[in-house]
Amino acid sequence: MSRKITDRIEFTKEMKKDYTILFPNMLPIHFELIRRSFAFEGYKIEMMTDTDREIVNEGLRDVHNDTCYPALLVIGQLIHALKSGRYDVHKTALLITQTGGGCRASNYIHLLRKALVKVGLEFVPVISLNVSGLEKNSGFRLSIPLVRKMLNSVMYGDMIVHLANQVRPYELVSGETDRTVAKWLDRLSGEFDRGGKYLRYRHVLDNCEEIVSDFEAIPILPQPRVRVGVVGEIYIKFAPLGNNNLEEFLASEGAEVIVPGLMDFCTFKVDNRLEDIKLYGGKKIKYIAVSFLKKIIIKAQDDMIDILTRHPRFRKIARFEENKALVADYMGYGNKMGEGWLLTAEMLELIHSGTTNIVCAQPFGCLPNHIAGKGMIRRIKDNHPEANIVAIDYDPGATRINQENRIKLMLSTAKRRLDQQSSPAIPEKTDRKEPVTL
Amino acid sequence: MILGVDVGSTTVKVVLYSDAGQLLYKQYLRHFSRVREKTAEMLTDCRPFLNGEPLRFAITGSAGYGMAKACDLPFVQEVFATRIAIEKYIPDADAVVELGGEDAKILFLTGGSEERMNGSCAGGTGAFIDQMATLLNVTADELDRLSEGCEKLYTIASRCGVFAKSDIQPLLNQGARKEDLAASIFKAVVDQTVAGLAQGRRIQGKVVFLGGPLTFLKGLRLQFKKTLGLSEDMAVFPENAEYFVAIGAAEYAKDCTPVEFDSLLTALETSVSGQTLTNRLPPLFASEEEYAAFSARHNRATLPQGDISTWSGDAYLGIDAGSTTTKLALLSEENTLLYSYYGSNKGNPVDIVRKELEQIYSLCGDRIRIRGSAVTGYGEDLIKNAFSVDLGIVETVAHYEAAKFFDPQVDFILDIGGQDMKCFKIRNHAVDGIMLNEACSSGCGSFVETFAKALGKDIAEFARLGIFAKNPVDLGSRCTVFMNSSVKQAQKEGAEVEDISAGLSISVVKNAIYKVIRAASPADLGQHVVVQGGTFFNDAVLRSFEQELGIEVRRPTIAGLMGAFGAALCAKKEGFSQSALISPEELAEFTHTAKAATCKLCTNRCNLTVNTFKNGRKYISGNRCERPTGEKAARALPNLMEYKYKALTSYPSRDGGRGKIGIPLGLNMYENLPFWQTMLTQLGFEVVLSGESNHKLYTKGQYTIPSDTVCYPAKLMHGHIEALLDQGITRIFYPCMSYNFDEGLGDNHYNCPVVAYYPELLDANVSRLKEVSFYRNYFGLHRPKDFVKHASSFFGKEFGIPAKEVARAAKAAYAAYDDFRAQIRAEGQKAIDFARREGLPIAVVAGRPYHVDPEINHGIDRLLTSLGFVVITEDCVADRMPKKSRKVLNQWTYHSRLYNAADYVVTQPDMQLVQLVSFGCGIDAITTDEVRAILEPGGKFYTQLKIDEISNLGAVRIRLRSLVAAMAAKKSEEVAE
Repeated sequence: MSRKITDRIEFTKEMKKDYTILFPNMLPIHFELIRRSFAFEGYKIEMMTDTDREIVNEGLRDVHNDTCYPALLVIGQLIHALKSGRYDVHKTALLITQTGGGCRASNYIHLLRKALVKVGLEFVPVISLNVSGLEKNSGFRLSIPLVRKMLNSVMYGDMIVHLANQVRPYELVSGETDRTVAKWLDRLSGEFDRGGKYLRYRHVLDNCEEIVSDFEAIPILPQPRVRVGVVGEIYIKFAPLGNNNLEEFLASEGAEVIVPGLMDFCTFKVDNRLEDIKLYGGKKIKYIAVSFLKKIIIKAQDDMIDILTRHPRFRKIARFEENKALVADYMGYGNKMGEGWLLTAEMLELIHSGTTNIVCAQPFGCLPNHIAGKGMIRRIKDNHPEANIVAIDYDPGATRINQENRIKLMLSTAKRRLDQQSSPAIPEKTDRKEPVTL
Repeated sequence: MILGVDVGSTTVKVVLYSDAGQLLYKQYLRHFSRVREKTAEMLTDCRPFLNGEPLRFAITGSAGYGMAKACDLPFVQEVFATRIAIEKYIPDADAVVELGGEDAKILFLTGGSEERMNGSCAGGTGAFIDQMATLLNVTADELDRLSEGCEKLYTIASRCGVFAKSDIQPLLNQGARKEDLAASIFKAVVDQTVAGLAQGRRIQGKVVFLGGPLTFLKGLRLQFKKTLGLSEDMAVFPENAEYFVAIGAAEYAKDCTPVEFDSLLTALETSVSGQTLTNRLPPLFASEEEYAAFSARHNRATLPQGDISTWSGDAYLGIDAGSTTTKLALLSEENTLLYSYYGSNKGNPVDIVRKELEQIYSLCGDRIRIRGSAVTGYGEDLIKNAFSVDLGIVETVAHYEAAKFFDPQVDFILDIGGQDMKCFKIRNHAVDGIMLNEACSSGCGSFVETFAKALGKDIAEFARLGIFAKNPVDLGSRCTVFMNSSVKQAQKEGAEVEDISAGLSISVVKNAIYKVIRAASPADLGQHVVVQGGTFFNDAVLRSFEQELGIEVRRPTIAGLMGAFGAALCAKKEGFSQSALISPEELAEFTHTAKAATCKLCTNRCNLTVNTFKNGRKYISGNRCERPTGEKAARALPNLMEYKYKALTSYPSRDGGRGKIGIPLGLNMYENLPFWQTMLTQLGFEVVLSGESNHKLYTKGQYTIPSDTVCYPAKLMHGHIEALLDQGITRIFYPCMSYNFDEGLGDNHYNCPVVAYYPELLDANVSRLKEVSFYRNYFGLHRPKDFVKHASSFFGKEFGIPAKEVARAAKAAYAAYDDFRAQIRAEGQKAIDFARREGLPIAVVAGRPYHVDPEINHGIDRLLTSLGFVVITEDCVADRMPKKSRKVLNQWTYHSRLYNAADYVVTQPDMQLVQLVSFGCGIDAITTDEVRAILEPGGKFYTQLKIDEISNLGAVRIRLRSLVAAMAAKKSEEVAE
């Protein structure tokens, strides 16, 4: 069943000229802006937005079925696109992120290459997008301005998602929030294409300020709604393809959804390097360099928080270091594989800020989530009896009805509590009553 | 009027109350997946009680959700409904356990309320019990009655039906008592509830039990009470327990707006689910003609049949004692089929074979003389012993022999039976690669059959329906439990029975191709494919297999008999002059009783079945080695796994003034113990180990496992911690380690996430750890200098030990670790030398360090030595090869060893690699393909053994014996060249 696997095809400078690079979608707003950043650097690059069932089938065919669901989807989506006839496969390259951690997700790129061999497209180059120096390609370089722009994209994306989620459930005129999102995506895309002064950090902050004002201006009808936080494995947490449109479902059940942003994950991955040096030793110069990088991201988050502070209507974003402090009793900062301690921290932050209803979403059999997700729920509930957490596994065979039913259980409890809060006439169950016969 | 309707996965429950709260009407019926029709019917039955009064109404239940959504009716989630009902009627309850058709739920009401449902991978429900009853060929009620006569409990994997089946089937075949199995099945359900659902919370106080199974099955109630240690008045089985959820819905309905009864009924009858979630596939056959041509082609692969009642001459008998079915074939000298039998073994294969032999003897009369007999399949040993069959044959060999008869050039055989799926690749006239389905991908024949039954059809009719289905349902290719819910979903969306039948067939095929064979294209299989096994009689399965691969295959008309036919061919080939098979006279007096026993000769604690035949002749099954049988033990062959385990657990430690400290012996401690034990002993601690793993220890910690899909070695850690606490240990040392030693074999040297951080999970879930000091700090051993620095600060802070002392201890610890590794390598070399001196094959058992734990490997090492292998471990040879670039990210230390060991095995003619994979190990999804890719091009067999909580080695034995047979065939091939 095994065939010889050819050596890695490098993405060369020549390829940069006329190859189209395809990459999987995870967060539509963030990734679209990131795409624009690459396009500005001269790459022909496209984000995959197909969602049909054939993607899963393609993944099942090409990837070991015990591999995690995100790998199956991402690889299925890319190969499905290659096979669609929309692209000249001899002029197409694929781009995939690689974090280089101890989780098996670092192997996605290799699984993708194996899958390409399997379907006879082994000549398609695969580019690793990573900041660990894992694989190099002469035609693909992450320049400092590019990284800067990617960071801006994450800032914009997190900000827009953060605000839109808080406004959409309450909007007076249906669809207005999404129109505002579209408007900004359009405007920011244009700015990314033009570059120059539009990319300066000062301008980014001005934009953020304006974005907040814009969302604030949307007329709303305040009403009590259940607030639900979504945390979990990064792909399943964010990608509607991975979580069966979880956010849409929660919204249709009348909930306000809170999804902690991507920025913290980026900071987390940088912070891991510092913690590694603290725990196991390492070069001082590396520590200084990484600290510098971390400071830049933290600064961006601080600036976002400052802006939000000026608009008290909106929920603030928790500071990275505050999140980190929350988790101290639960685990060490050395827990860095997958989402590591950040996952537990996000659950705790949600609870501390009053969102006690949480969906913890992960691929079936996700290794890091055994520990930081499902493994920590017991202690979280011991410390916060009000926590109302449901862990949902996603995989090609799990049915949506089954998942939704479990989420509905969590929502029922949430709604009951909400009703109790808004009408204190019904007392919380206190002392024991005598049984009533049926 | 208030109406509560609970539409579950298998039944509909209706309760009607007057406004004054009087129960007017209740009904409980199975819906056979006709959810909407049945509900409408039952509502119509309520009509006479309504008197035209306004009606408040709410619907609940797992199948009710989709319906409520489609019809826009008030819905309340079922667990929530239960809660409402309990709060009203049993307000002093502390916990509720509710088992339904496919769901299992727990509610904790006091001490922090919590509601839980089974996740997507879970058994232990009504459907599971039904499935198990089918397996034992009894009804659920009979199962319950049987359980009363229980004498002994077996351990049955409770996680899901598929697992449990692979435990129960071999027990049945070994002759275990049904009474014991019945009670064990109930016990498994309880364990599943405790481990899978409670997830770290003890079920205690006043516990209410609800749902159909708990209402009707006394044996199940008993096991719950026993396991949870509940007294009579703390275990509540309320009246109307099966209606509780519906009652909750009625309670909820009180707050809903009244509805018109007729409009409600109309809504139910007319609405069609707007949202479809299942996909449809093209039909299997475009026309009747196409099907006719297809049938004609396959019917050509056939065998001449002779009339046994007139035939005279010599004959050969082949028996295939399979996992669910027994097959017999009687073959003449000219390969004419004289007699055949194919039927369920009804949980008692011995009895079936006895009856069939009687029949054969009476038909043969004096005309036909049986000159030779052979038996194959799961029940091989038992049948061979019971009836003095001449020859026992490995399944793979029997099947190859049979397939060769129909296509001498056969290069690929796929056999899908009732319980298992087997694929053999034939190269150079020998079975070269063997793939068996693992416990989790068994979408096999019995699955289709169970479904056919559930839909009220027999399997033949069900299969026929599928052939001309217009829109087969796309059900994916996952395990049974998942398919169950996919089917349910399709039904809810109005799929016809024929579409489901075809969809199931396609799923079985996809499962085989993509999960078991893992093929990408037909070229991967071969040019001459023979398919067989009872499941291929289903033309829908056969057709979708050909369609999926785009090639024509051969399905003999005796597809279900191939094992028996092959066995008969083997018997013939053997050239017996006289068969030792039991004579008609002896058969007439044949008796058989089976009794369960537990072997106490070693730690494996094998569940034995002692079969007693006439004249007191005994056959013991279930054993892993020859010790309990009293036969002369074969000479002990070197076994590095056993050696390693002993070496690890014999490190001395005594109190040097700092008192006791406990170490749980599991996961990476199987590798790092020499280091930590030396270090701590040097520092003056007396190291106390948690003791040997066994199932009892596992059960002890089971209730604190938060994630039921984590691997068994990790789950065992909970028991090890409990064991230490039970010893009164007040300090436990179990550090977190992201990194492992850097052995220079890979690009990085990580531990897997579970090994790295399990201490943190234990701390968060084992509440007893709060009473002691649990040291789960982070350490990295890969940078010795930095380690000393960090260890000094840790031991200084916690115990006031001076840095100098720590440095000295660390030095000794590193030395001890290196010595241990060197010792293992030296012992490995000794074993290799021994094997070469004696001309024995060497099995390199490659897995993780913790696979030397006998509770984890279930005695596979001893099975290997009993098959004549010298056993060494991957770390004996991994360092003999240089680091190579891999096609995967080679970043975990233990896994790098696997690749290197595989590299080395390829260079050694007398070595074979056997990879042990713990079920649920996500990382091995990556390593297995890579190890295979190293071995197969190197001319080696790839043998992967998946291990879990299940301790039955039936499948493993077949697999290893096949390996032996394949090695022998290859050897004779080489000699011939």
